[in-house]
Amino acid sequence: MLVLCGIAVIVAGFLLRFNPLLVVAVSALVTGLAAGIEPLAILAAFGKAFNENRYVTVIYIVLPVIGLLERHGLQERARLAIAKLRGATVGRLLIGYLLFRQLTAALGLTSIAGPAQSVRPLVAPMAEAAAEAQGLPPGGDRIPAMAAATDNIGLFFGEDIFIAIGSILLMKGVLEGYGIVIQPLHLSMWAIPTAIAAFVIHGFRLWLLDRRLARAR
Amino acid sequence: MIGTGFIYAVAGLMFAAFAILSATDRTNPKRIGNAAFYAVLAISFLLGGKLGDIGNGVLVLALVAIAGSGAMGRGGRATTTLDERRTEAARLGNRIFLPALIIPAAALGGTVLFRAIPSLVDPKQATLVALTCGVLIALVAMHLWFRPRAATPLAEGVRLMDAIGWAAVLPQMLASLGAVFALAGVGDVVGGLAGHAIPEGSLIGAVLAYTLGMALFTMVMGNAFAAFPVMAAAIGIPLLVRHYCGDPAVVAAIGMLSGFCGTLMTPMAANFNLVPAALLELKDKNAVIRAQIPTALPLLAVNIGLLYWLGFR
Repeated sequence: MLVLCGIAVIVAGFLLRFNPLLVVAVSALVTGLAAGIEPLAILAAFGKAFNENRYVTVIYIVLPVIGLLERHGLQERARLAIAKLRGATVGRLLIGYLLFRQLTAALGLTSIAGPAQSVRPLVAPMAEAAAEAQGLPPGGDRIPAMAAATDNIGLFFGEDIFIAIGSILLMKGVLEGYGIVIQPLHLSMWAIPTAIAAFVIHGFRLWLLDRRLARAR
Repeated sequence: MIGTGFIYAVAGLMFAAFAILSATDRTNPKRIGNAAFYAVLAISFLLGGKLGDIGNGVLVLALVAIAGSGAMGRGGRATTTLDERRTEAARLGNRIFLPALIIPAAALGGTVLFRAIPSLVDPKQATLVALTCGVLIALVAMHLWFRPRAATPLAEGVRLMDAIGWAAVLPQMLASLGAVFALAGVGDVVGGLAGHAIPEGSLIGAVLAYTLGMALFTMVMGNAFAAFPVMAAAIGIPLLVRHYCGDPAVVAAIGMLSGFCGTLMTPMAANFNLVPAALLELKDKNAVIRAQIPTALPLLAVNIGLLYWLGFR
């Protein structure tokens, strides 16, 4: 029971707004001590896992490319391109992006888009330009936040349809530990109903967003 | 064989350059903190394999100390103004999109190509190697096109990196916390508690405990991968699969997707929720989570229904 103190540390640390890196480190220490692990052994276990998980932080190598393109007007060009498109609304644009993200993720192409690769340089400025054309005053968090949300939802509820994605391999491994052998294709097939539901629910919200903008006019 | 060594060398050199550019940025009063943070990351990427477990642990402590003491700020190197960017956008036209497409095109083409030649590139790392190649190709192409000064792409990179700040390593930290949790046996304890909470003989009770447990535990850990082994051991396998004869593929797949609904609702999933808010320079750092909750909650309900009706035929 005592090892659950680490979870309490995470929840309390977030509510009290301590720096999350600090909260995570303290949680690891508390959990390890509660389980009777030596402090040095906790440090070693954490360090080993940190080193093995470096690939998680590799994605930031795209930043110099995106930064340089921004310097030369990528975001402004994205706005212009949408402003010229007749009939472009923020809802239609993001529904299209949602479908694109779900379909490409389902083919295993998870890293071709993302907050750094596509949302900041392209999708968010395009969505803002479309919303402004629909009469929404510029500035504000709502539209860029919706662009980032659409990217996440498309990724999460598309990637599990691909048979060689991490989560499918994890499920296969865990089930094999219990003597249950399942083909990845069988697992990924059962991700399709939820993927459709995600498209319908989020697409409906985006359609509502368009309607609200039209009414406010 | 080309694999993580190549990828980490590129990342390490980039963070080393970020450290130097931060240290020499006189417009940033907290330049020492930023420089130290990026320098530690550079050491981790370049030398992490040689430092040993304790050595890497010390690197983590250094990152936590720098971030936790509020020593990081944002640099103020000059970039182009909005007017200059508009002029550039008009001058360059839609050609500006081409370099942006090099990275995804290389990631896609490279993945296919590298999987075909497993002797040259580690097949497990094919996508990351291809992505890294795409970044390098894009940088060379833009260098030939725009003729920027050598340090300009890196300075523009630091500008974006500073916007993300310490949140950049939170996902890696949480993955490491998961390893400590596993070592301490947190999963078994949570599983035991969850097992007691379900009324006996209630299939819907077990389905609810499993799917909501996946979502909640994912919200705490910031990652459905950490929650899945725990909830599978606690409820998924013993109750849903063995006792109620559920289809293990449906139980596993929909359980994981319920966890993903949790990911949409938690600041602990920093790379999906906090990093975009920082990158988009939103005023409310929880704005992305707020935009996601109205999709995540109905979708979680759909998952509960799907598991209940499709999993036990």
